[in-house]
Amino acid sequence: MARMKFICDVNRCIECNGCVTACKNANDVPWGVNRRRVVTINDGVPGERSVSVACMHCSDAPCMAVCPVDCFFRQEDGVVLHDKDLCIGCGYCFYACPFGAPQFPQAGAFGLRGKMDKCTFCSGGPETNNSAEEFAKYGANRIAEGKLPACAEMCSTKALLGGDGDVIADIYRQRVFVRGKGSEVWGWATAYGPPKGQPAPAPQPGGKS
Amino acid sequence: MRAARALAAAGLALAFTLGLSGCGEEQHVTVYQQGKYKGKPDSPPWDSPQWGGKEAQWEQAINRRTLNQSEYTRAGQGG
Repeated sequence: MARMKFICDVNRCIECNGCVTACKNANDVPWGVNRRRVVTINDGVPGERSVSVACMHCSDAPCMAVCPVDCFFRQEDGVVLHDKDLCIGCGYCFYACPFGAPQFPQAGAFGLRGKMDKCTFCSGGPETNNSAEEFAKYGANRIAEGKLPACAEMCSTKALLGGDGDVIADIYRQRVFVRGKGSEVWGWATAYGPPKGQPAPAPQPGGKS
Repeated sequence: MRAARALAAAGLALAFTLGLSGCGEEQHVTVYQQGKYKGKPDSPPWDSPQWGGKEAQWEQAINRRTLNQSEYTRAGQGG
C-alpha cells in the first residue's frame, strides 16, 4: 500500500500560486481558509526560494496527539483526516502543527461553527466516497477517482509532487542526480531511505548550488 | 486517667503518622495516552462504483498518475 506524501522541489517552485488556486477551486474552499499556501524565503533577494506548504500528513501527527475529542484518523494510505462532526474547533491542533495546516473558518459552508479545515490530500473525509455530503464538508475526493491532489497535478513546473512517498522520492532523486545538486535541500535519504540495495547518489562535483 | 493518656498517645501517634505521610513522594506527572479515533468510519478510496472494490486497479491508476509527474519518464529520456 502506498504511503501518500507531498514533496515540493524548491529549485523548481516559481511562486506562481497555481497550487493554491487549484486547491481552492477543486475543494470549493471559502474565503479566509488556505489549505495550501506558498511561502517565500528571502523574497526579492537574488537566490530567493519558494515552497508550497500544506498538511504534510505526518506519520506521527501532532494534531492527532493533542486533539481532545480524538477526531483525527489516519487512512490506510497514510493520509491524515478528521471528522468534522466531532471537531469542536478548540484550535489545539493549530498550535501543535508545525506547518500551520489547520484552518478555522468563521463563516460559510465549511465552518458555520468554526470547525477545523485542512488539506485532505484530496481524499475527502469520513462520508460516502464522492457524495454531496463529503464534498460539502471536506471537498473533492480525487483519490477515490484514481487521481492525485489537484495542487500537485496542476503544478506547471512539477515542483510540487504528490503520491506514494517512495515513488515521488525516486522522481526527486532522479532530478537531483541529473542536475547534480539538491539532495541537501530535503534530505530524502533521511526521510525515505535509499532504495533497496542501492546507495543514495552523492551530489555531483561542479553542480550549481 | 490512664486510659485518657493512652488515647491521647494513640491520637498523637496517628496525627504524627498522617502528618508524615503528607511528606511522601508521589508521582505527580500525568501519563498521557494516545486517544482512539471516535468519529465515523471511513471507506477506502477503491470502495466506489468506479473501482468496485478492486484495490489493485485503483493502485495501478494512482501509480500511473504519480509516475506521470516525472517528465524524464514521460519523455523517455531518463528511464
